[in-house]
Amino acid sequence: MILDAFVQLGQMMVVLALAPLLAGYVRKLKALLLGRKGPPLLQPYRDLLRLLRKEVVLAHSASWLFRVAPYLIFAATWVAAALVPTFATGLLFSYAADMIAIVALLGSARFMLALAGLDVGTSFGGIGSSREMMIASLAEPAMLMVVFTVALLAGSTQLSTIAAFMQGPGVGLRVSLAMALVALVMVALAENARIPVDNPATHLELTMVHEAMILEYSGRHLAMIELASFVKLLLYLSVIGCVFAPWGIAVSGQGLAAYLGGLAAYAGKLAVGGFLLAVFETAIAKMRVFRVSDFLGAALMLGVLATLLLFVSRIA
Amino acid sequence: MALEVLLWCNAALLAAGAAGLLLARRQGATPLVYGASLCITLVALVAAVVSLLAPGSLGATRVLPVGLPWLGAHFRLDALSAFFLVVINLGGAAASLFALGYGRHEETPGRVLPFYPAFLAGMNLVLIAADAFTFLFAWEFMSLSSWALVMAHHRRPGNAAAGYLYLLMASFGTLALLLAFGLLAGPSGGYAFDAIRQAPPSAGIAAVVLVLALIGAGSKAGLVPLHVWLPLAHPAAPTHVSALMSGVMTKVAVYGFVRIVFDLLGPPAWWWGALVPLVGGITAVMGVLYALMQNDLKRLLAYSTVENVGIIFIGLGLALAFEANEMTGAAALALTAALLHAFNHSLFKSLLFFGAGAVLTSTGERDMERLGGLIHRMPRTAFACLVGAAAISALPPFNGFVSEWLTFQAILLSPALPQWLLKFLVPAVGALLALSAALSGACFVKAFGITFLGRPRTPVASEAVETDRFSLAAMFTLAALCLLAGILPGYFIDALAPVGQALTGANLPRQEQLDWLTIVPIAQSRSSYNGLLLFFFIVLSASVAAEVVHRFASAASRRSDAWDCGFPDSSPATQYSAGSFSQPIRRVFGSVVFRAREEVDLPAPGDGRAARLQVRLRDVPWDVLYAPIARLVGFIAGHLNRLQFLTIRGYLTLVFGALVTLLMVLTVWQ
Amino acid sequence: MIAPLALDVAHLFAGGLVLVSFMLLYQDRMTGLINTFALHALVVSLSVAWQAYIQHAPHLYITAAIALGIKAVVIPIALHRIIRRLGIHRTIEPVVGIGLTMLAGIGLIALSIMVMLPITAQAGTLAREDLSFALSVILLGLLMMISRRNAVSQVVGFMSIENGLILAATGAKGMPLVVEISVAFSILVALIVIGIFLFRIRERFETVDIHLLHEHRGEQP
Repeated sequence: MILDAFVQLGQMMVVLALAPLLAGYVRKLKALLLGRKGPPLLQPYRDLLRLLRKEVVLAHSASWLFRVAPYLIFAATWVAAALVPTFATGLLFSYAADMIAIVALLGSARFMLALAGLDVGTSFGGIGSSREMMIASLAEPAMLMVVFTVALLAGSTQLSTIAAFMQGPGVGLRVSLAMALVALVMVALAENARIPVDNPATHLELTMVHEAMILEYSGRHLAMIELASFVKLLLYLSVIGCVFAPWGIAVSGQGLAAYLGGLAAYAGKLAVGGFLLAVFETAIAKMRVFRVSDFLGAALMLGVLATLLLFVSRIA
Repeated sequence: MALEVLLWCNAALLAAGAAGLLLARRQGATPLVYGASLCITLVALVAAVVSLLAPGSLGATRVLPVGLPWLGAHFRLDALSAFFLVVINLGGAAASLFALGYGRHEETPGRVLPFYPAFLAGMNLVLIAADAFTFLFAWEFMSLSSWALVMAHHRRPGNAAAGYLYLLMASFGTLALLLAFGLLAGPSGGYAFDAIRQAPPSAGIAAVVLVLALIGAGSKAGLVPLHVWLPLAHPAAPTHVSALMSGVMTKVAVYGFVRIVFDLLGPPAWWWGALVPLVGGITAVMGVLYALMQNDLKRLLAYSTVENVGIIFIGLGLALAFEANEMTGAAALALTAALLHAFNHSLFKSLLFFGAGAVLTSTGERDMERLGGLIHRMPRTAFACLVGAAAISALPPFNGFVSEWLTFQAILLSPALPQWLLKFLVPAVGALLALSAALSGACFVKAFGITFLGRPRTPVASEAVETDRFSLAAMFTLAALCLLAGILPGYFIDALAPVGQALTGANLPRQEQLDWLTIVPIAQSRSSYNGLLLFFFIVLSASVAAEVVHRFASAASRRSDAWDCGFPDSSPATQYSAGSFSQPIRRVFGSVVFRAREEVDLPAPGDGRAARLQVRLRDVPWDVLYAPIARLVGFIAGHLNRLQFLTIRGYLTLVFGALVTLLMVLTVWQ
Repeated sequence: MIAPLALDVAHLFAGGLVLVSFMLLYQDRMTGLINTFALHALVVSLSVAWQAYIQHAPHLYITAAIALGIKAVVIPIALHRIIRRLGIHRTIEPVVGIGLTMLAGIGLIALSIMVMLPITAQAGTLAREDLSFALSVILLGLLMMISRRNAVSQVVGFMSIENGLILAATGAKGMPLVVEISVAFSILVALIVIGIFLFRIRERFETVDIHLLHEHRGEQP
């Protein structure tokens, strides 16, 4: 029991420690693909430390919600990421939340972030919040339809059970899973504010969504929000790895060697995922804002289609 | 025993109404009536909770010698009634507590005080009625007393029209229910519910009764396209009455539907499980899209009620589909999800309406475009409303998420359904449910953000004051219940077990023995959720993070102007307004659903006049369904009006013609 | 009996064809549309080649080669040339918005599945799936033709219908080579004729937007 608690705590710490590294890795790869040298791999850690030590500047119209929101956003995202199996399934508290609850936890974080964007009462915050809620109103149902497809196939919404099912022989190559993967990738791009939906490096006001909501944040608050967005990217890659590439995940109770093997497999999956993300972001241009709704609408339709096609395959 | 207590409570409520009528002019009438209502509803609540938790005492019947001479008035307390009595009386108690503070601002207490306890009594009587006559009488009594409350401020613009439309739709709904009960009673005319249960109707009659029940109960609950009265009437009433109408009266309508379809109608046909979820899904999405287009706070909340009623009917329809295919465990799950959502909705909708009432009394404004920055002036109200907004957006760890999660789990059982249409329809309805949940998050970010956050847009908003302690007590009680129902859902699910058992014959597994208070609706390996652990972890992580950061990094902060990309503007008009917040969603969804069109009138450079932006929305059900019917009725009425102005000879000719026609019919019939 | 993995791969290709038909509905640029159509033809040729392998029907390899050669290479290149020469406006306007069109597409796919699966209850798994997907592709192609205002997109929709027919025919235990060659040839002739017409229309009216051409129909109200 105590050992299980330690392993669960270990997963929470792994997630927290690897998240900035993943962001730095993607940034470095993008720079290399564009022919630049790029920032060092550990730069995000340095950025976070620098921000943490700075003084926070609050607008006169900022309320207590503005000051509390970064910690709540970070906490909700971190708890959600800690419940996704990374190197081992079946951890002590993994049954506390299934895929639907994880999607809803990310929704809680987004709710607080959108409110924080409206709190100071500037027009940029409003732009960010309203666009973010429009994107979310399509991305969240698309994500839920992906969850439906996988859950209808695996017979459960628990990620541990899904990972075990996907490693087993009953799966085969299903077109519904391929469609679900494409839809999940589209949603992940939208939710993490990546090209083609939003540019994480932009500071042009009229093109930003995520950056506009956090425009007024500074110091340690900004550090918490940045860390939360790193953790969110890690969460989506972990979900894709756990559901669609579950090979190498240890099962709880198999011992330290299996956990280390799982950790190595997980690091490999993050490396591959980060590489693909960097290549994709470099190859495609950002869409204009109202094309994003078509993009996410297509993801939602793909999710629905994947669910419908489940009933066609493997009929006797 | 509990049934007697409830009957005496209703009598006491009617007496309180009479007292309100007689004492209306006096000083102490308001606290007397609302205080009495509070105590009586609390007694009824305790009686209902006790009987729900001790299912052995349910099933008592009583016949009172009032009403129709050969029928009497039958009253019965079973599990379904007990559950809905808990919902109604909890909402009624909260509204009465709120009204102790809010009612002091009422200009014409004589128009509100007599009808408020009568409204509560009517709702309670519907729930314990055990024959069709008592049911319909109590239903009409409830409608009429709430109509009187809607007309309390009839001189305000729009309220009289709202009351008229409400009366029309309520009568139409009662007519549908009357026909339904008539069909159920059949030619033998047994109107008591027991008699109806013994004689289930044939398949064709059952189908007609289902449609009539859907129309009758659905129009009171707010299903699309019968919802048109709801957003006009609910905001017109005083706030505590709006909360009761939205949070509680719609649940009475849900009770009516459940009673007729699940209890009195016999085994369902499979296509009922296709019609009802589809209607529910469309209602959910349309309701929240309407809500997103509103700038009036109370209207937004009324449309959000429409959305949540849609979600409840999705659950009820799923239960019908599973029941028709004899999957009783799944039916129990879907029914539990729907009823739990009814309970949760009454909690957070009442809370949000109380918040809107507090804002209304503090600022005099309901229009969000004229509010803003109220979190600084009314911090406690803002906190309670934040909890309500998070709960209604189905965010963990609050209660809205639990009932939506259970509905999703029921939807995931759909592959076991044999009919192809159901196999496809149920995931499609699941997509509609997911869409409505995401859109409601956007809606309540708008509602809370524009009203309470940002900078004040008008001087009234910058000078608002906090409300009185009764209103705050009501709001905080409901907020605490929202959190409790979210982190301890197992107890609530167990409390609903007798209802599921009575209506579907099956049960969810007992939740209270599970580790760490997790809920497991079907099987441990399939899905589980633990609200308490999530809440604990979130609070722990946030506190630890805050503590670590403040201790080891920096805790310094200072106030300054907003950054605003280097162009801070001191005018609060430059911040986002309610209309601009919903513009992206209006453009994506509204251009299709409401034919939303924006017209911009920009003056030429150098012309000093203001620019104008006009947004046009068309209400499709109104234009397609109601307006033509109203025109037709007006046309016919206009022509029939000529009957008023005939001469004496004309009237005699009519009588003569009728007599001759009847004699001819008699001849032919022989 | 056909191995489950082989069936899964066939299923993957057929489902992929439906997915690409769906992607055709999403495109709003002419070049994207033609490239997606090339992908459509590629997927159908891979699907037919795989069916040739598992059904041991060598003449289907020729069908696959024809689909690949003509529809994935020649026709897209020709269409690219046409639109470059004509200088046609490069965006495609849908009649009712892309979101609604995609929603209608989903409904059509559900309809095809609900129609085809009960009817073909006697047939083998491969045939049932192929027929359901083939009907979906045909209906999606028709939807593309009626929901776009542009003549080139109607041509592409028409040819994607033909790909759906090929899928149906291979699923129903292959089709005689003669039929395939004659169908492909007639499609090619149709394309040449349409191309010539497009040139003439463009010369005469300066546009290929169907909606604007409607005014010149010659029927007087």
